[in-house]
Amino acid sequence: MNVRDHLPAFLVMVPLLGSFLSPVAVSFGKTVRNVFFVAFAALTLLAGAAICVATFGGNILVYVMGGESFALTMPSGMSYPVRILFEIDAFGAVFIFCVSAAAFAGALFSVNYMERFSGWKRFMPLYFLLTAGALGMCATGDMFNFFVFAELASIASFGLTAFWRDKPEAVEAGFKYMFVSQIAAMLLLIATGALYGKYNAVNMGFLASVMESGTMERVVLALIISVTAFRCGAFPMHTHMTDACAEAPCGVTCLLVTVSQASFYGLVRVCYSIFPNLAGGGTVGWLLIVMGSMSMIFGVMMAVIQHDIKRLMGYHSVSQAGYLLTAMGVGLLALGRGGGMEGYGLASIKGGLFHAMNYSFCNGLLFLCAGSLYYATGTRGLDKMGGLARNMPWTAAMFVVAAAGISGLPPFNGFVSKWMIFGSGFAVHPILPALGMVTSVLALASFVKVFQAAFLGPPRAKLIAAREAPYGMLAGMGLLAVLILLLTLFPGWFMGNVFDNAAEALLRPQDYIRAAMGGR
Amino acid sequence: MTDSIAENALDFVGNAPYVVVALLVLMSLYAMLTQKNLIKICIAISILGASVNMFLVLMGYRHGGGIPIHYLKGAQESMVLPTPQCLTLTAIVIALATTALMLSLVIMVNKHYGTLDIDEIRRLRG
Repeated sequence: MNVRDHLPAFLVMVPLLGSFLSPVAVSFGKTVRNVFFVAFAALTLLAGAAICVATFGGNILVYVMGGESFALTMPSGMSYPVRILFEIDAFGAVFIFCVSAAAFAGALFSVNYMERFSGWKRFMPLYFLLTAGALGMCATGDMFNFFVFAELASIASFGLTAFWRDKPEAVEAGFKYMFVSQIAAMLLLIATGALYGKYNAVNMGFLASVMESGTMERVVLALIISVTAFRCGAFPMHTHMTDACAEAPCGVTCLLVTVSQASFYGLVRVCYSIFPNLAGGGTVGWLLIVMGSMSMIFGVMMAVIQHDIKRLMGYHSVSQAGYLLTAMGVGLLALGRGGGMEGYGLASIKGGLFHAMNYSFCNGLLFLCAGSLYYATGTRGLDKMGGLARNMPWTAAMFVVAAAGISGLPPFNGFVSKWMIFGSGFAVHPILPALGMVTSVLALASFVKVFQAAFLGPPRAKLIAAREAPYGMLAGMGLLAVLILLLTLFPGWFMGNVFDNAAEALLRPQDYIRAAMGGR
Repeated sequence: MTDSIAENALDFVGNAPYVVVALLVLMSLYAMLTQKNLIKICIAISILGASVNMFLVLMGYRHGGGIPIHYLKGAQESMVLPTPQCLTLTAIVIALATTALMLSLVIMVNKHYGTLDIDEIRRLRG
C-alpha cells in the first residue's frame, strides 16, 4: 500500500477518528487527554502538509470512496463518476494546509486555555468534527458532499460557539449562527438538487464538463455564490461571523477563520472550475468586487470603533475576507476581458491565494493573542487592560508580528500579497487600490490602538499579577508566528511552489475535469 | 377540446408537487421573516428542510417508474432514480441533528432570557 495514494482518505479519517475516540481518551485522565488531542491534531497537520507537497508541480489527487479501487472513478462502463469522490488539486491544497495548520495551533493553544473548564468530553469531539468538516469541504469532488461537510462544520461550530452555555451571549451567538447557516445550507441543497435534476449528476468535474449557460444555471450560480459568500462572512451578511468570533473559545475562533476560508474555497471553485463561462461574463466579477470592497471598508471601520478585543478581531476577519473576494473578482474580470489583461488576472489570483494563507495565519494568531490576554486578565474589554507588555513579552511580540503581517507593513508577508492584489486591481478600476490602501491604513490604526491600550502605558493596579501565558498556549501561537515569518522571509519559494501551481490549477478546469473522469 | 382540457389537467397534476414545494418554501421564508417566537422560527426552518427534501425526491421521479431495487422488482422498463433518495436520507439525518441542537439552544436561550421573543433577546450588538 502506498501511503501517498491514500492521503485524501487520511485527511478526513484522522480528525473523524479523533472525534469519536476523544470521549474515551478524556476518561483516561488529563495527560492522556492532552497527548491525544495534540497527537491527532499533529497527524491532521501532517496529512495536510503531505497533500500540499504531493500537489507540487500540478498533480491532482483523486480518491474514490466505496469503490473496488481507490483510483477507479468510473467503474464498469459508466460514462460519468457515480461514487463519492475526493479531488484535490494545488488550489484546494492551499486551503487544506491553512485549515490543518490552524487546527494544530488551536489544539496546542486549547490544551492550556481550556484547562480550567470542564466539558472536555464535548469540546474535543466538536473540535475534531469542525476540523474534519472544513478539510472535507476543501477536498470533496461533488456538490452534495460539499453540503454534507459544510453541515458537519456548521453543527460543530454552533456547538463550540455556544460552548460556554452559562453565558447568555454565547448561546445567543450560537443560535444566530445556526439560524443563518441553516437557511444557507438549505439554499445550497436546492441548488444541488436543481443541478441534479438537469444533469443527473452531482460530481463537480462532470458538471463542469457538460455545463451550459441557461437560466437555470444562472439561478443556481447566484444561489451558490450568495450562500458561500455569506458563510465566509462578506459584508451585508457578516453579523453571525463577528458574534461567533467574539463568543467562541479562542482556540476555536482560530479554526473558525479557516472554516470561513473553506466556504471561500467553495465559492472560487464554483466560479472558476464549474461555471467558468457564466462567471467569466463580467457580472459575477463585479459582484464579487463590490461585495469584497464593501466588506473591506465596512469591516475595518467597524473594527476601529470596537472596545471588545475579540469582536474587533472578528470585524478584521470580515475586512480580510473582502480582500479575497475582491482579488478573485478582479481575476474573473481581467481574464474574461482578454486582450493582454490575463497577466493582471493571474497576478490577482496569486495575490488572493497568498493573502488567503496570510489571512488564516495572521488572524488566527491575533485571535490566539486575544485569548492569551483574556486568559491573563479575565476580561475582553480593551479599556480595562494596560501595561501588559512587561508581564507578557512573548504575547506582545507575537501580536506585533501578526498585526504587521496582516496590515501589510513592508517587509511582512501581507505587503507582498496586498501589493499583488492592488497592482492588478488598478487594471480594472483605479478606485480598488485606493480602497485597499485606506483599509490597510485603518487596519493598522486599529492594531496600534489595541497595542497601545493593552500592552503600553502604566500597568493597571488590578493587572500587576498578570502572567505570561503557559507554554502550551505560547507553542500554539509560536507555530503560527513561525509560519508568518516563513511567508515573510521566503515569499519567492512559496510563490514558485505553492501559489503559482494553485493559480494555474484554477485556470485549467479541463485538468480538473479530466482527473474526475478517470484521466480521459 | 375535451382532450386538451384533460391533458392540461394532467399536466397540472403532474406539476402539482412542484407547486407544493414552492408554496412550502415561500411559507417557511414568510414565517422566518415575520414570526417573533423562536419555536415558530425553528418550525419554519424545519418546513424549509422538508420542502427541499421533497424537491430532491421529485428530481428523481420518473413517471410510471418502479422502485430502484432490482431483486425485489425484477426487470422493469423504467425506475425512479435512487440517488436523490439517498441524498434525501442523508439530508433528513442531518436535519434531525440540527433540529435537536436548535431546540436545545432554544431551551438555553429561554433559561437565560426568560422569553422566546426575538425582540427581547438582543445582547449582541454592533
